[in-house]
Amino acid sequence: MHDVAVIGGGVIGCAVARLLALDGRSVVLVERHHDVGAGTSKANTAILHTGFDATPGSTEARLVARGYELLLAHAPTVGVSIEETGALLVAWDDDQAAALDGIQSKALANGYRHTELIDSHEVRRLEPHLGPGLARGLLVPGEHLVDPWSTPLAFAHEAMANGAALMLRFTVDAVHIGPDHTTLRALDGRSVLARYVVNAAGLSGDEIHRHFGYDGFTIRPRRGELIVFDKLARPLLTRTILPVPTAHTKGVLVAPTVFGNVLVGPTADDIDDRTDTASTQRGLDDLLTKSRHILPELADVEVTAVYAGVRAATEHPDYHLSADRAGRYVCLGGIRSTGLTASMALAEEARGLLRSIGLDATPNADGGGTTQDRPVRIRMVPLGEAGPRPYQEADPARAWGRIVCHCERVTEREITDACRGPLPATDVDGLRRRTRAVAGRCQGFYCSAEIAALTGWDPSR
Amino acid sequence: MTTAAQPEEAEEAEETEASTLAGAHVIVVGGGPAGLTAATGLRAAGVGRVTVIEREQQAGGVPRHTDHLGFGLRDLRRLTTGPRYAERLRRAAHEADVQVRTSCTVIELTVGRSLARPAVVLADGTRLEADAVVLATGVRERPRAARLIPGDRPSGVYTTGAVQQHTALHHHRVGRRAVIVGAEHVSFSAIWSLRHGGCTTVAMITPLHRHQSVGALRLIAATARRIPVHTGVRLASIEGRPRVEAVVLDDGRRIACDTVVFTGDWVPDHEVAVRAGLMITRGAGSPTITSRFATSQPGVFAIGNLVHPADAADQCALDGRAVVGPVIDWVVAGAGQRLDGRSWTAMTAPITVEAPISWASFSARGLTVRVVEHVVARVEVSCDGAVVALGRRRHLVPNRSINVALPSGTVDAGRLIEVRLVEGAADRGPARRHLRSLRNRTTALR
Repeated sequence: MHDVAVIGGGVIGCAVARLLALDGRSVVLVERHHDVGAGTSKANTAILHTGFDATPGSTEARLVARGYELLLAHAPTVGVSIEETGALLVAWDDDQAAALDGIQSKALANGYRHTELIDSHEVRRLEPHLGPGLARGLLVPGEHLVDPWSTPLAFAHEAMANGAALMLRFTVDAVHIGPDHTTLRALDGRSVLARYVVNAAGLSGDEIHRHFGYDGFTIRPRRGELIVFDKLARPLLTRTILPVPTAHTKGVLVAPTVFGNVLVGPTADDIDDRTDTASTQRGLDDLLTKSRHILPELADVEVTAVYAGVRAATEHPDYHLSADRAGRYVCLGGIRSTGLTASMALAEEARGLLRSIGLDATPNADGGGTTQDRPVRIRMVPLGEAGPRPYQEADPARAWGRIVCHCERVTEREITDACRGPLPATDVDGLRRRTRAVAGRCQGFYCSAEIAALTGWDPSR
Repeated sequence: MTTAAQPEEAEEAEETEASTLAGAHVIVVGGGPAGLTAATGLRAAGVGRVTVIEREQQAGGVPRHTDHLGFGLRDLRRLTTGPRYAERLRRAAHEADVQVRTSCTVIELTVGRSLARPAVVLADGTRLEADAVVLATGVRERPRAARLIPGDRPSGVYTTGAVQQHTALHHHRVGRRAVIVGAEHVSFSAIWSLRHGGCTTVAMITPLHRHQSVGALRLIAATARRIPVHTGVRLASIEGRPRVEAVVLDDGRRIACDTVVFTGDWVPDHEVAVRAGLMITRGAGSPTITSRFATSQPGVFAIGNLVHPADAADQCALDGRAVVGPVIDWVVAGAGQRLDGRSWTAMTAPITVEAPISWASFSARGLTVRVVEHVVARVEVSCDGAVVALGRRRHLVPNRSINVALPSGTVDAGRLIEVRLVEGAADRGPARRHLRSLRNRTTALR
C-alpha cells in the first residue's frame, strides 16, 4: 500500500512523484506507455516561459510564473540543459504593432517587468535574418530554452532514486474507492493500492476524472505540428521569435532549441482522436509558408524532423485543479502547452491539495520503505549544445568511447548507459529522448544499424 | 658551362621538390573510395605523411555495406563487390603507409599558423595542421523528414544506407514487405539489400515519369522479381503505429507494407565545409571547386560525392587519383609563395547553370552535370562566353551524372563557366534508335 498513486508519467506526473518522494512519501507512478515522457510531454516547443502573456489572475499565470522560477533553479543542478536566449515578439503589421502595448501591460499585470518595446530598426539590428515587413517588437529577455526530453526523465529518476515505484504499460481501467484506500486496476489485471490518488493523466485526464465520479471537464485534443530545421540554421537567429496573437491570426513561433536546431510551430488543429499524432500535408505547408515569411533563409535549409503533439485542451480556458476529501483524490487537469514550465509548481500545488484533504503534513519517517539517506541526488548527462558534451571529453579516465551517432555526436557509452539503470530506454524513441541519438539530420542513415547492434533491438519489429 | 649547369639546376630543383614533399603532411577527411584513393596516390607521389581521418570504425565508406557487384570497373579495371572493393582500397592505403585514423571525427575545418595552412579540429579538441586538406566526406540519402512526407512516425522507415548496414554488416532482419521510394540506381540496389534482410519489395515509386537507372536493372526488377514501378506518383503519407502498415500515394492508392525505404535524393555531408565558410554550389549543396579540385579556402581540396552527389564509388576514386597532382603542385609551390591566399580564393567561381540543369561541378571526368527531368538535349559548356565543349550524351536522365569532357587548358580557374542545354547535332544510327524509343516512353520532352 502506497501513500499516493500518481496517474500519468508525463512531465507533471513525474514532477509530482519526485516531490512527494523527496518528502518521504511512499509513491507509485503509473504510466500507460512503455516509458515516461512519451506522450504530450515529448512533443512541445521546449520553451521555459516567463508567463508574461498568460491571463492575469488565472491559475495558469500563477503556476507558470512559479514553475519558471523553480525549473530555472532546478534544471542546472540535475544536468537538464537550459539556455537563456530571450524572446522577441515581432509585429508584422500595424494591428500587431498596436497590440504590443497591451501585451506589455499584460506582462506587468503578471508581475513580469523586464519587457521592452523596440522599433523596427532595433528589431532588424537584433535579428538581421528576419524577413521584410517588420513593424515593431517586444523583447522578453527572460524566456529560456529547455531540454523537454530530459526534464521528465530527470524528475522520474529522482523520484525513483528516492523510493518511488514506477509501473509502466499500466492503463488504468477501473478505480475502486474503498474506506481507507483506493485500488487502481490496469487493463492487464495488475492493481495498485494507495491512500491518495493524483490524476496527472493528461489526454486521459477527463476519463480518470469520471472514474472518480466527476464530470468537470472534457479533453478537446488539439494537435500541434512542428518542423525542426537543420543545425546549419541555428546562426540565423539568436532568440525565440514569437508571434503577436491577434483576434484573427494565430501565428507560429520560430525558436532555437537546446540541441542547436531551429524549430517552427506549432499549428493548432482541434481533432477527435486524442492519439492522432500524425503530421499533415496542410500543416506542413502552412508551417513552411510561415517560416519562410519570418526567416526567409530557412528555405535553403534541410528539414531534420517533423513531429506532432496533442495538447490536453478542455472547454475551459484555465487549468482544472481540484481536490476531493471523500475520494482522497486530487486532479491536475486541462494542462496545455505550459505544463513543462509549470510542472514543478504543479507538483507543489498537488502537495498542497493533498494536505488540504487530509494527507498528514509530516510524512512517516520510513515513508518510502527504504533506509537510505534522503534526498538522493541524481545527475543527467546534459544534452544541450551550450555546455560540454561527452564526445568532447578528452580525459581518458572517463572513456565515453567513439561517436556512434555522428549527426548529434552521441558516444557509445551514452547509448549503452541509456539502456541500463532503473529507467532504461527500451526502443529507439526512448533512446532518442535520453541521448539525442538518431535525432539528427541523417535520421539513422549512418547509425541505426550500429545502434541496433549495440542495443540488441530487432529492427524488423 | 651554362649547358652543363642547367641539368644540375634541374636536378637540384627536383631534389628540393622531393625533400619538400617528404616533409609535407596532408590530411584527408573521410576514408571512402575518394579519400582512400587520394591518400594512397599522395603517398605514392612522395608526400611524407598522409593521414586519413575516418569517423566510422573501419575505412571503406559506403561500399563496405553494398554487398553486390558493380564496383571497381573504372578505377581498378575489374568488376567486384562493394565489400571486396573497400577491402582493396584499405589494403592499398595500408601498403602505401597511409595513416588511417578510424573512429575519429573532424568537427571543424579552420586555418593554421598562416591563412595558407589549413587545420582541422577533432572531436576531443585536438588540432591538426597540415600543408593541405582534402575533403572527401561523402553523401547521405535524404531521409523521410527532409522530404516532408506527412503521416504517422512509425518504425520501419529507412534509407538504403541504413538497410544495407543492417543487412550486410549486422545481418539484421529489417521487415517483410517494403515499398521503395525512388527509382534511381541505388533504389534497385535497395531491392537486393532488402532481400538479404528477408524483406520482399512490393513496389517502387517515383514522381518522375520514368525510372532513372539503366534498362537492365529495371528489367530484372520487372521480370525476375515482378516489382511494379509506379511512375509519376508521390508518396502522400505513411500510416501505422507503432510499425508501418501502409503508404498512401497522391493518386489515392494505398499499398500495404511494413517497411518504407527512402532511396537516393542525395545530400552531401557538407557540415564541416559549410561551417568553415567555403563557397557552396547552390542546388548541390557541395563546396564549389575549380577544375583542380580547389575549394575557396587555400590548401583545401574537395573530391568525390561531396562535390557531385552522388556517383558510383569508382567514379569517386577517379577524383581521388586526379586530385593528387593539384595537391602536389600546391605543396611544392610552398603555401603562400607562388599562390597567396587571396589569389587562390579568387579562382573559385560558381558555375552558372540554366534550368532544367540543377547543378554542375568539376570532377575527374571533366564537368559533371545533373538535370531534374528526362530531357533530350546536349550539354553545352562555355567559358567566358565561348563554347568550349559539347556533351556527347543526348538522352539526359535525372539523378544520373552527365559527364562532359573538357579540352585541357580551356577551362582555367577563375573564368566564367556557363552550362546549358542545346539541341544537338545530327543523330547517328544507334543513338537515333535509342532516342526514338526514349521519345515514345518519355513525356517530359522539350
